[in-house]
Amino acid sequence: MTQVPLAEGLFTWPAADPALIAGRASDGSLTFPYRSHRLVGGAREELEKVELPRRGTLWTFTTQLFRPTSPPYAGDDTEETFEGFTVGYVELPGALRVEARLTEPDPAKLRIGQEMELRIVPLGRTKDGDTTMIYAFAPVQEEASP
Amino acid sequence: MTTPDIAIIGVGLHPFGRHGDKSALEMGEDAVIDALDDAGVAWNDVQELWASSMEVKNPEAITGLLGMTGIPARSTFTGCASGATVLAQAANAIRLGKDITVAVGLDKHPRGAFSADPSVSGLPLWYGQAGMFLTTHFFGMKINRYMHDHGITEASLAKVAAKNFRNGSLNDKAWRRTPMSEDDVLASQYLNYPLRQYMYCGPDEGAAAAVLCRADIAHKYTDTPIYLRASQLVSRREGALELMSPALSLDDTASPTIFASRQAYEEAGISPEDVDVIQLQDTDAGSELIHMAENGFCLDGEQEKLLAENATDIGGRLPVNTDGGLMANGEPVGASGLRQVYELANQLRGRCGERQVADARVGYAQLYGMPGTAAVTILST
Repeated sequence: MTQVPLAEGLFTWPAADPALIAGRASDGSLTFPYRSHRLVGGAREELEKVELPRRGTLWTFTTQLFRPTSPPYAGDDTEETFEGFTVGYVELPGALRVEARLTEPDPAKLRIGQEMELRIVPLGRTKDGDTTMIYAFAPVQEEASP
Repeated sequence: MTTPDIAIIGVGLHPFGRHGDKSALEMGEDAVIDALDDAGVAWNDVQELWASSMEVKNPEAITGLLGMTGIPARSTFTGCASGATVLAQAANAIRLGKDITVAVGLDKHPRGAFSADPSVSGLPLWYGQAGMFLTTHFFGMKINRYMHDHGITEASLAKVAAKNFRNGSLNDKAWRRTPMSEDDVLASQYLNYPLRQYMYCGPDEGAAAAVLCRADIAHKYTDTPIYLRASQLVSRREGALELMSPALSLDDTASPTIFASRQAYEEAGISPEDVDVIQLQDTDAGSELIHMAENGFCLDGEQEKLLAENATDIGGRLPVNTDGGLMANGEPVGASGLRQVYELANQLRGRCGERQVADARVGYAQLYGMPGTAAVTILST
Protein backbone atom coordinates (compact mmCIF):
# COMPACT_ATOMS: atom_id res chain seq x y z
CA MET A 1 0.00 0.00 0.00
CA THR A 2 1.44 3.34 -1.07
CA GLN A 3 1.72 6.27 1.30
CA VAL A 4 1.03 9.69 -0.23
CA PRO A 5 1.07 13.15 1.38
CA LEU A 6 -2.42 14.56 2.09
CA ALA A 7 -1.34 17.62 0.06
CA GLU A 8 1.70 18.37 -2.06
CA GLY A 9 4.24 20.78 -0.61
CA LEU A 10 3.22 20.47 3.05
CA PHE A 11 6.31 18.53 4.11
CA THR A 12 9.35 16.98 2.46
CA TRP A 13 8.37 13.49 1.27
CA PRO A 14 9.67 10.92 0.89
CA ALA A 15 12.50 11.78 3.24
CA ALA A 16 14.46 10.07 6.00
CA ASP A 17 13.76 13.04 8.28
CA PRO A 18 10.71 14.83 6.86
CA ALA A 19 10.27 18.53 7.67
CA LEU A 20 7.41 21.01 7.26
CA ILE A 21 7.84 23.46 4.37
CA ALA A 22 7.32 27.20 4.96
CA GLY A 23 7.81 30.33 2.88
CA ARG A 24 10.41 32.89 3.98
CA ALA A 25 10.26 36.59 3.07
CA SER A 26 13.33 38.83 2.79
CA ASP A 27 12.64 40.23 6.27
CA GLY A 28 12.90 36.68 7.63
CA SER A 29 9.18 36.32 8.42
CA LEU A 30 7.75 32.87 7.79
CA THR A 31 4.46 31.66 6.32
CA PHE A 32 3.09 28.16 6.90
CA PRO A 33 1.70 26.48 4.91
CA TYR A 34 4.03 27.65 2.12
CA ARG A 35 2.64 30.18 -0.35
CA SER A 36 4.49 31.38 -3.42
CA HIS A 37 4.15 35.04 -2.46
CA ARG A 38 2.83 37.50 0.08
CA LEU A 39 2.60 41.25 0.53
CA VAL A 40 5.49 42.58 2.62
CA GLY A 41 5.06 46.27 3.48
CA GLY A 42 2.56 46.55 0.65
CA ALA A 43 4.88 45.11 -2.00
CA ARG A 44 4.45 41.68 -3.52
CA GLU A 45 7.34 39.43 -2.69
CA GLU A 46 8.12 35.89 -3.81
CA LEU A 47 8.78 33.59 -0.85
CA GLU A 48 11.71 31.25 -0.55
CA LYS A 49 10.94 27.62 0.36
CA VAL A 50 12.52 26.66 3.69
CA GLU A 51 12.25 23.67 6.02
CA LEU A 52 10.98 24.30 9.56
CA PRO A 53 12.72 22.86 12.65
CA ARG A 54 11.55 19.32 13.43
CA ARG A 55 11.50 19.80 17.20
CA GLY A 56 9.80 22.30 19.45
CA THR A 57 7.77 22.72 22.63
CA LEU A 58 4.04 22.29 23.18
CA TRP A 59 2.54 25.81 23.45
CA THR A 60 -1.07 24.80 24.04
CA PHE A 61 -3.44 21.94 23.18
CA THR A 62 -7.03 20.73 23.28
CA THR A 63 -9.07 17.64 22.44
CA GLN A 64 -11.39 16.76 19.56
CA LEU A 65 -13.82 14.19 20.95
CA PHE A 66 -16.48 14.01 18.24
CA ARG A 67 -15.89 13.13 14.59
CA PRO A 68 -15.54 16.38 12.62
CA THR A 69 -18.16 16.92 9.92
CA SER A 70 -17.24 14.93 6.81
CA PRO A 71 -16.57 16.31 4.29
CA PRO A 72 -14.22 18.06 4.72
CA TYR A 73 -12.90 15.62 7.38
CA ALA A 74 -11.28 12.67 5.60
CA GLY A 75 -10.02 10.37 8.35
CA ASP A 76 -10.06 6.61 7.80
CA ASP A 77 -12.82 6.06 10.36
CA THR A 78 -16.61 6.16 10.82
CA GLU A 79 -18.94 7.57 13.48
CA GLU A 80 -18.63 4.15 15.15
CA THR A 81 -14.87 3.73 14.94
CA PHE A 82 -13.82 7.38 15.45
CA GLU A 83 -11.38 7.87 18.32
CA GLY A 84 -10.88 11.28 19.89
CA PHE A 85 -7.62 13.03 19.16
CA THR A 86 -5.70 16.06 20.36
CA VAL A 87 -4.50 19.15 18.52
CA GLY A 88 -2.14 21.86 19.64
CA TYR A 89 0.32 24.56 18.72
CA VAL A 90 3.95 23.52 18.80
CA GLU A 91 6.46 26.36 19.10
CA LEU A 92 9.33 25.72 16.72
CA PRO A 93 12.31 27.76 18.00
CA GLY A 94 13.10 30.83 15.95
CA ALA A 95 10.33 29.98 13.48
CA LEU A 96 6.58 29.70 14.11
CA ARG A 97 3.94 28.13 16.31
CA VAL A 98 2.43 25.47 14.09
CA GLU A 99 -1.03 23.98 14.64
CA ALA A 100 -1.00 20.20 14.33
CA ARG A 101 -2.57 16.98 15.42
CA LEU A 102 -0.72 15.37 18.32
CA THR A 103 -0.05 11.65 18.53
CA GLU A 104 -0.93 11.43 22.26
CA PRO A 105 -4.75 11.32 22.53
CA ASP A 106 -4.92 11.64 26.34
CA PRO A 107 -4.80 15.31 27.46
CA ALA A 108 -3.72 14.18 30.93
CA LYS A 109 -0.47 12.96 29.40
CA LEU A 110 0.30 16.28 27.70
CA ARG A 111 1.94 19.26 29.36
CA ILE A 112 2.44 22.80 28.07
CA GLY A 113 6.17 23.31 27.54
CA GLN A 114 7.07 19.67 26.86
CA GLU A 115 9.38 18.70 24.00
CA MET A 116 7.66 17.57 20.80
CA GLU A 117 8.94 16.28 17.50
CA LEU A 118 7.51 15.95 14.01
CA ARG A 119 6.00 12.70 12.78
CA ILE A 120 4.29 11.87 9.51
CA VAL A 121 1.26 9.69 10.30
CA PRO A 122 -1.54 8.00 8.34
CA LEU A 123 -4.89 9.81 8.11
CA GLY A 124 -7.21 8.34 5.46
CA ARG A 125 -7.32 6.83 1.99
CA THR A 126 -7.40 8.18 -1.53
CA LYS A 127 -9.98 6.84 -4.00
CA ASP A 128 -7.18 4.65 -5.38
CA GLY A 129 -6.70 3.03 -1.98
CA ASP A 130 -3.42 4.75 -1.12
CA THR A 131 -2.90 5.92 2.46
CA THR A 132 -2.88 9.70 2.94
CA MET A 133 -0.19 10.99 5.31
CA ILE A 134 -0.40 14.08 7.51
CA TYR A 135 2.05 15.83 9.82
CA ALA A 136 1.65 15.49 13.57
CA PHE A 137 3.78 16.08 16.64
CA ALA A 138 4.71 13.41 19.19
CA PRO A 139 5.98 13.89 22.73
CA VAL A 140 9.74 13.29 22.87
CA GLN A 141 10.31 10.34 25.17
CA GLU A 142 12.23 11.71 28.12
CA GLU A 143 15.43 9.81 28.95
CA ALA A 144 14.94 7.53 31.92
CA SER A 145 16.78 8.87 34.96
CA PRO A 146 19.84 6.81 35.85
CA MET B 1 -18.85 61.47 28.69
CA THR B 2 -19.16 62.75 25.12
CA THR B 3 -22.45 64.19 23.75
CA PRO B 4 -24.45 61.49 21.99
CA ASP B 5 -25.84 61.95 18.49
CA ILE B 6 -27.80 58.68 18.21
CA ALA B 7 -30.57 57.27 20.43
CA ILE B 8 -32.12 53.82 20.63
CA ILE B 9 -35.84 54.37 21.22
CA GLY B 10 -37.09 50.81 20.98
CA VAL B 11 -35.78 47.25 21.28
CA GLY B 12 -37.43 43.98 20.36
CA LEU B 13 -36.75 40.28 20.64
CA HIS B 14 -38.04 37.03 19.27
CA PRO B 15 -36.84 34.65 22.00
CA PHE B 16 -33.86 32.49 21.02
CA GLY B 17 -34.37 28.73 21.02
CA ARG B 18 -35.94 26.16 18.73
CA HIS B 19 -39.14 27.20 16.96
CA GLY B 20 -40.23 24.42 14.65
CA ASP B 21 -41.27 25.53 11.18
CA LYS B 22 -41.20 29.26 11.91
CA SER B 23 -38.82 30.91 9.47
CA ALA B 24 -35.95 33.22 10.39
CA LEU B 25 -37.66 36.08 8.53
CA GLU B 26 -40.89 35.54 10.49
CA MET B 27 -38.90 35.69 13.73
CA GLY B 28 -37.25 38.87 12.48
CA GLU B 29 -40.69 40.30 11.70
CA ASP B 30 -41.81 39.65 15.30
CA ALA B 31 -38.63 41.25 16.69
CA VAL B 32 -39.04 44.39 14.54
CA ILE B 33 -42.74 44.74 15.44
CA ASP B 34 -41.78 44.35 19.13
CA ALA B 35 -39.14 47.09 18.73
CA LEU B 36 -41.48 49.41 16.81
CA ASP B 37 -44.19 48.98 19.50
CA ASP B 38 -41.59 49.74 22.15
CA ALA B 39 -40.58 52.91 20.28
CA GLY B 40 -44.13 53.95 19.43
CA VAL B 41 -43.10 54.21 15.79
CA ALA B 42 -45.01 52.93 12.75
CA TRP B 43 -43.16 50.88 10.16
CA ASN B 44 -44.14 53.47 7.53
CA ASP B 45 -42.04 56.05 9.41
CA VAL B 46 -38.86 53.95 9.18
CA GLN B 47 -36.50 55.39 6.57
CA GLU B 48 -33.78 52.75 6.34
CA LEU B 49 -33.24 49.12 7.39
CA TRP B 50 -30.08 47.10 8.06
CA ALA B 51 -30.35 43.34 8.53
CA SER B 52 -27.90 40.53 9.29
CA SER B 53 -28.10 36.76 9.05
CA MET B 54 -25.75 33.84 8.54
CA GLU B 55 -28.29 31.39 7.14
CA VAL B 56 -30.58 33.77 5.19
CA LYS B 57 -28.88 35.15 2.12
CA ASN B 58 -31.09 38.25 1.84
CA PRO B 59 -32.41 39.06 5.32
CA GLU B 60 -33.40 42.52 4.05
CA ALA B 61 -36.27 40.63 2.32
CA ILE B 62 -37.98 41.12 5.69
CA THR B 63 -39.57 44.23 4.14
CA GLY B 64 -41.82 41.74 2.33
CA LEU B 65 -43.34 40.93 5.73
CA LEU B 66 -43.13 44.37 7.36
CA GLY B 67 -44.34 46.36 4.35
CA MET B 68 -42.66 47.12 1.04
CA THR B 69 -42.33 50.85 1.46
CA GLY B 70 -39.40 51.28 -0.91
CA ILE B 71 -36.86 52.31 1.73
CA PRO B 72 -33.16 51.42 1.37
CA ALA B 73 -32.93 47.93 2.92
CA ARG B 74 -29.47 46.34 3.09
CA SER B 75 -27.78 43.44 4.78
CA THR B 76 -24.27 42.93 6.09
CA PHE B 77 -22.59 40.08 7.92
CA THR B 78 -19.48 40.10 10.12
CA GLY B 79 -19.83 36.71 11.81
CA CYS B 80 -20.59 36.83 15.53
CA ALA B 81 -19.98 40.61 15.46
CA SER B 82 -22.90 41.15 13.04
CA GLY B 83 -25.34 42.57 15.59
CA ALA B 84 -22.95 45.41 16.41
CA THR B 85 -22.35 46.03 12.72
CA VAL B 86 -26.01 46.47 11.74
CA LEU B 87 -26.53 48.69 14.78
CA ALA B 88 -23.56 50.81 13.66
CA GLN B 89 -24.85 50.95 10.09
CA ALA B 90 -28.34 51.98 11.22
CA ALA B 91 -26.66 54.71 13.31
CA ASN B 92 -24.51 55.82 10.37
CA ALA B 93 -27.65 56.09 8.20
CA ILE B 94 -28.97 58.64 10.71
CA ARG B 95 -25.66 60.54 10.57
CA LEU B 96 -26.14 60.65 6.80
CA GLY B 97 -29.54 62.28 7.13
CA LYS B 98 -32.25 59.71 7.98
CA ASP B 99 -34.51 60.34 10.98
CA ILE B 100 -35.55 56.81 11.99
CA THR B 101 -33.82 53.54 11.12
CA VAL B 102 -34.10 49.89 12.13
CA ALA B 103 -31.41 47.27 12.74
CA VAL B 104 -32.45 43.61 12.83
CA GLY B 105 -30.61 40.32 13.15
CA LEU B 106 -32.26 36.96 12.46
CA ASP B 107 -31.09 33.38 12.10
CA LYS B 108 -32.15 29.76 12.16
CA HIS B 109 -29.25 27.32 12.33
CA PRO B 110 -29.41 23.57 11.79
CA ARG B 111 -28.50 21.48 14.84
CA GLY B 112 -24.88 20.64 15.56
CA ALA B 113 -21.53 22.33 15.05
CA PHE B 114 -21.09 24.76 12.18
CA SER B 115 -19.35 23.29 9.17
CA ALA B 116 -18.23 24.58 5.81
CA ASP B 117 -15.63 24.13 3.11
CA PRO B 118 -12.25 25.47 4.35
CA SER B 119 -11.89 27.53 1.17
CA VAL B 120 -14.60 29.94 2.37
CA SER B 121 -12.17 30.90 5.15
CA GLY B 122 -9.20 31.16 2.83
CA LEU B 123 -7.79 27.86 4.06
CA PRO B 124 -6.59 24.84 2.08
CA LEU B 125 -8.76 21.73 1.79
CA TRP B 126 -6.22 19.51 3.60
CA TYR B 127 -6.74 21.59 6.78
CA GLY B 128 -10.34 20.39 6.87
CA GLN B 129 -9.50 16.86 5.74
CA ALA B 130 -7.06 16.56 8.66
CA GLY B 131 -9.83 17.45 11.16
CA MET B 132 -8.43 20.85 12.14
CA PHE B 133 -11.11 23.10 10.56
CA LEU B 134 -13.10 23.56 13.77
CA THR B 135 -13.67 26.83 15.63
CA THR B 136 -14.01 24.97 18.91
CA HIS B 137 -10.32 23.97 18.87
CA PHE B 138 -9.40 27.63 19.14
CA PHE B 139 -11.52 28.14 22.26
CA GLY B 140 -10.02 25.09 23.97
CA MET B 141 -6.46 26.01 23.03
CA LYS B 142 -6.76 29.70 23.97
CA ILE B 143 -8.19 29.05 27.45
CA ASN B 144 -5.76 26.18 28.10
CA ARG B 145 -2.78 28.49 27.49
CA TYR B 146 -4.48 31.31 29.41
CA MET B 147 -5.07 29.07 32.46
CA HIS B 148 -1.43 27.96 32.32
CA ASP B 149 -0.13 31.54 32.10
CA HIS B 150 -2.46 33.13 34.64
CA GLY B 151 -3.28 30.45 37.22
CA ILE B 152 -6.96 29.95 36.37
CA THR B 153 -8.65 26.75 37.59
CA GLU B 154 -11.35 24.58 36.02
CA ALA B 155 -13.53 25.49 39.02
CA SER B 156 -13.58 29.09 37.74
CA LEU B 157 -14.75 27.93 34.31
CA ALA B 158 -17.58 26.06 36.05
CA LYS B 159 -18.49 29.17 38.06
CA VAL B 160 -18.89 31.18 34.84
CA ALA B 161 -21.15 28.51 33.31
CA ALA B 162 -23.26 28.06 36.46
CA LYS B 163 -23.70 31.85 36.75
CA ASN B 164 -24.94 32.14 33.16
CA PHE B 165 -27.41 29.27 33.56
CA ARG B 166 -28.57 30.82 36.85
CA ASN B 167 -29.14 34.17 35.11
CA GLY B 168 -30.93 32.34 32.30
CA SER B 169 -33.31 30.79 34.84
CA LEU B 170 -34.39 34.36 35.78
CA ASN B 171 -35.05 35.27 32.13
CA ASP B 172 -38.41 34.09 30.78
CA LYS B 173 -37.13 34.61 27.23
CA ALA B 174 -34.00 32.45 27.63
CA TRP B 175 -33.60 29.10 25.89
CA ARG B 176 -31.91 27.28 28.80
CA ARG B 177 -33.83 28.12 31.97
CA THR B 178 -32.71 25.26 34.20
CA PRO B 179 -30.05 26.28 36.72
CA MET B 180 -27.00 24.04 36.77
CA SER B 181 -24.61 23.68 39.68
CA GLU B 182 -20.85 23.98 39.33
CA ASP B 183 -20.63 20.25 40.13
CA ASP B 184 -23.08 19.46 37.31
CA VAL B 185 -20.95 21.48 34.91
CA LEU B 186 -17.74 19.77 36.06
CA ALA B 187 -19.39 16.34 35.72
CA SER B 188 -20.14 16.86 32.02
CA GLN B 189 -17.72 15.44 29.48
CA TYR B 190 -14.86 17.32 27.90
CA LEU B 191 -15.55 18.56 24.37
CA ASN B 192 -12.38 20.53 23.82
CA TYR B 193 -10.18 20.13 26.88
CA PRO B 194 -10.38 21.97 29.30
CA LEU B 195 -13.87 22.99 28.08
CA ARG B 196 -16.76 20.67 28.89
CA GLN B 197 -20.18 20.16 27.34
CA TYR B 198 -22.00 22.57 29.69
CA MET B 199 -19.37 25.26 29.24
CA TYR B 200 -20.40 25.87 25.60
CA CYS B 201 -23.22 27.78 23.92
CA GLY B 202 -25.09 26.11 21.08
CA PRO B 203 -26.37 27.43 17.76
CA ASP B 204 -30.16 28.00 17.68
CA GLU B 205 -32.83 30.30 16.24
CA GLY B 206 -34.15 33.75 16.97
CA ALA B 207 -34.15 37.46 16.15
CA ALA B 208 -33.55 40.81 17.79
CA ALA B 209 -34.09 44.39 16.63
CA ALA B 210 -33.59 48.03 17.57
CA VAL B 211 -35.18 51.28 16.42
CA LEU B 212 -32.85 54.27 16.26
CA CYS B 213 -33.29 58.02 15.79
CA ARG B 214 -31.37 61.28 16.11
CA ALA B 215 -30.61 61.93 19.78
CA ASP B 216 -32.17 65.41 19.65
CA ILE B 217 -35.60 64.08 18.66
CA ALA B 218 -35.61 60.98 20.89
CA HIS B 219 -37.83 62.54 23.55
CA LYS B 220 -40.64 62.82 20.99
CA TYR B 221 -40.89 59.02 21.17
CA THR B 222 -39.82 57.96 24.64
CA ASP B 223 -39.04 59.26 28.12
CA THR B 224 -36.23 56.75 28.38
CA PRO B 225 -34.01 56.94 25.30
CA ILE B 226 -30.80 54.93 25.39
CA TYR B 227 -27.84 56.69 23.84
CA LEU B 228 -25.26 55.03 21.63
CA ARG B 229 -21.94 56.18 23.12
CA ALA B 230 -19.50 54.05 21.19
CA SER B 231 -19.40 51.45 18.45
CA GLN B 232 -16.08 49.99 17.37
CA LEU B 233 -15.14 46.98 15.26
CA VAL B 234 -11.58 45.69 14.84
CA SER B 235 -10.29 42.86 12.67
CA ARG B 236 -7.39 40.56 13.61
CA ARG B 237 -3.76 41.61 13.40
CA GLU B 238 -0.77 39.59 12.26
CA GLY B 239 0.50 37.38 15.08
CA ALA B 240 -2.67 37.30 17.19
CA LEU B 241 -3.95 33.91 18.38
CA GLU B 242 -7.08 33.63 16.25
CA LEU B 243 -9.61 31.11 15.04
CA MET B 244 -8.47 28.74 12.28
CA SER B 245 -4.78 29.64 12.16
CA PRO B 246 -2.53 26.87 10.77
CA ALA B 247 0.49 28.78 12.12
CA LEU B 248 1.17 31.81 14.30
CA SER B 249 4.08 34.22 14.48
CA LEU B 250 6.25 33.98 17.61
CA ASP B 251 5.67 37.72 18.14
CA ASP B 252 2.53 37.82 20.27
CA THR B 253 -0.05 40.40 19.23
CA ALA B 254 -3.09 41.38 21.28
CA SER B 255 -6.55 40.09 20.44
CA PRO B 256 -8.80 42.44 18.40
CA THR B 257 -11.09 42.74 21.43
CA ILE B 258 -8.37 44.66 23.28
CA PHE B 259 -8.14 47.24 20.51
CA ALA B 260 -11.93 47.49 20.03
CA SER B 261 -12.39 47.94 23.77
CA ARG B 262 -9.78 50.69 24.14
CA GLN B 263 -11.18 52.55 21.13
CA ALA B 264 -14.73 52.27 22.48
CA TYR B 265 -13.80 53.66 25.92
CA GLU B 266 -12.04 56.53 24.17
CA GLU B 267 -15.00 57.22 21.88
CA ALA B 268 -17.42 57.19 24.82
CA GLY B 269 -15.09 59.18 27.07
CA ILE B 270 -15.47 56.70 29.91
CA SER B 271 -13.38 54.04 31.66
CA PRO B 272 -14.22 50.48 32.73
CA GLU B 273 -15.09 51.64 36.26
CA ASP B 274 -18.00 53.65 34.81
CA VAL B 275 -19.72 50.53 33.39
CA ASP B 276 -22.68 49.16 35.38
CA VAL B 277 -23.84 46.18 33.32
CA ILE B 278 -21.78 44.06 30.94
CA GLN B 279 -22.41 41.70 28.02
CA LEU B 280 -19.43 39.57 26.91
CA GLN B 281 -19.19 37.00 24.11
CA ASP B 282 -19.51 33.73 26.03
CA THR B 283 -19.20 31.24 23.20
CA ASP B 284 -17.79 29.18 26.05
CA ALA B 285 -17.00 29.79 29.70
CA GLY B 286 -13.32 30.34 28.89
CA SER B 287 -14.13 33.08 26.40
CA GLU B 288 -16.16 35.02 28.96
CA LEU B 289 -13.37 34.69 31.50
CA ILE B 290 -10.69 35.91 29.07
CA HIS B 291 -12.95 38.70 27.78
CA MET B 292 -13.29 40.09 31.33
CA ALA B 293 -9.61 41.05 31.10
CA GLU B 294 -9.52 41.88 27.39
CA ASN B 295 -12.28 44.47 27.96
CA GLY B 296 -10.47 46.14 30.85
CA PHE B 297 -12.68 44.89 33.71
CA CYS B 298 -9.79 43.15 35.48
CA LEU B 299 -6.16 42.15 35.07
CA ASP B 300 -5.18 38.80 33.55
CA GLY B 301 -5.48 36.21 36.31
CA GLU B 302 -7.62 38.38 38.59
CA GLN B 303 -10.70 36.47 37.39
CA GLU B 304 -9.87 33.64 39.80
CA LYS B 305 -10.44 35.93 42.79
CA LEU B 306 -13.35 37.86 41.24
CA LEU B 307 -15.25 34.67 40.42
CA ALA B 308 -14.62 33.29 43.92
CA GLU B 309 -16.24 36.48 45.21
CA ASN B 310 -19.17 36.16 42.75
CA ALA B 311 -18.28 39.62 41.39
CA THR B 312 -19.84 38.88 37.98
CA ASP B 313 -23.21 37.89 39.46
CA ILE B 314 -26.19 40.23 39.09
CA GLY B 315 -25.61 41.57 42.61
CA GLY B 316 -21.83 41.80 42.15
CA ARG B 317 -19.75 44.78 41.15
CA LEU B 318 -19.20 43.52 37.56
CA PRO B 319 -22.51 41.95 36.45
CA VAL B 320 -21.79 39.97 33.26
CA ASN B 321 -24.39 38.43 30.94
CA THR B 322 -27.37 39.21 33.15
CA ASP B 323 -29.78 37.51 30.71
CA GLY B 324 -27.72 34.30 30.67
CA GLY B 325 -25.60 35.32 27.67
CA LEU B 326 -24.98 33.00 24.76
CA MET B 327 -24.77 30.01 27.09
CA ALA B 328 -28.41 30.33 28.21
CA ASN B 329 -29.79 31.89 25.02
CA GLY B 330 -27.82 30.05 22.34
CA GLU B 331 -26.40 31.84 19.34
CA PRO B 332 -28.38 32.69 16.24
CA VAL B 333 -25.26 34.32 14.84
CA GLY B 334 -26.86 37.20 12.93
CA ALA B 335 -29.05 38.15 15.90
CA SER B 336 -26.79 37.59 18.90
CA GLY B 337 -25.28 41.07 19.11
CA LEU B 338 -28.71 42.72 19.09
CA ARG B 339 -29.84 40.36 21.88
CA GLN B 340 -27.04 41.96 23.93
CA VAL B 341 -28.38 45.43 23.03
CA TYR B 342 -31.93 44.32 23.94
CA GLU B 343 -30.79 43.21 27.40
CA LEU B 344 -28.64 46.29 28.02
CA ALA B 345 -31.41 48.70 26.93
CA ASN B 346 -33.87 46.94 29.24
CA GLN B 347 -31.37 47.01 32.10
CA LEU B 348 -30.73 50.73 31.58
CA ARG B 349 -34.49 51.34 31.56
CA GLY B 350 -34.96 49.37 34.79
CA ARG B 351 -37.24 46.78 33.20
CA CYS B 352 -35.46 43.55 34.14
CA GLY B 353 -37.41 42.51 37.24
CA GLU B 354 -35.65 39.77 39.18
CA ARG B 355 -32.43 40.17 37.26
CA GLN B 356 -32.33 43.98 37.35
CA VAL B 357 -28.96 45.56 38.17
CA ALA B 358 -29.65 48.44 40.58
CA ASP B 359 -29.22 51.95 39.13
CA ALA B 360 -27.67 50.76 35.86
CA ARG B 361 -26.74 53.78 33.71
CA VAL B 362 -23.94 52.54 31.45
CA GLY B 363 -24.00 49.26 29.51
CA TYR B 364 -21.16 47.57 27.63
CA ALA B 365 -21.40 44.83 24.98
CA GLN B 366 -18.56 42.87 23.32
CA LEU B 367 -18.68 40.38 20.47
CA TYR B 368 -15.95 38.15 19.05
CA GLY B 369 -16.00 35.61 16.26
CA MET B 370 -14.86 34.45 12.85
CA PRO B 371 -12.47 35.23 11.30
CA GLY B 372 -11.01 37.11 14.28
CA THR B 373 -13.35 40.11 14.49
CA ALA B 374 -14.26 41.95 17.68
CA ALA B 375 -16.89 44.64 18.23
CA VAL B 376 -17.67 46.76 21.27
CA THR B 377 -20.82 48.84 21.80
CA ILE B 378 -21.32 51.20 24.74
CA LEU B 379 -24.80 52.45 25.67
CA SER B 380 -25.99 54.81 28.40
CA THR B 381 -29.10 56.46 29.78
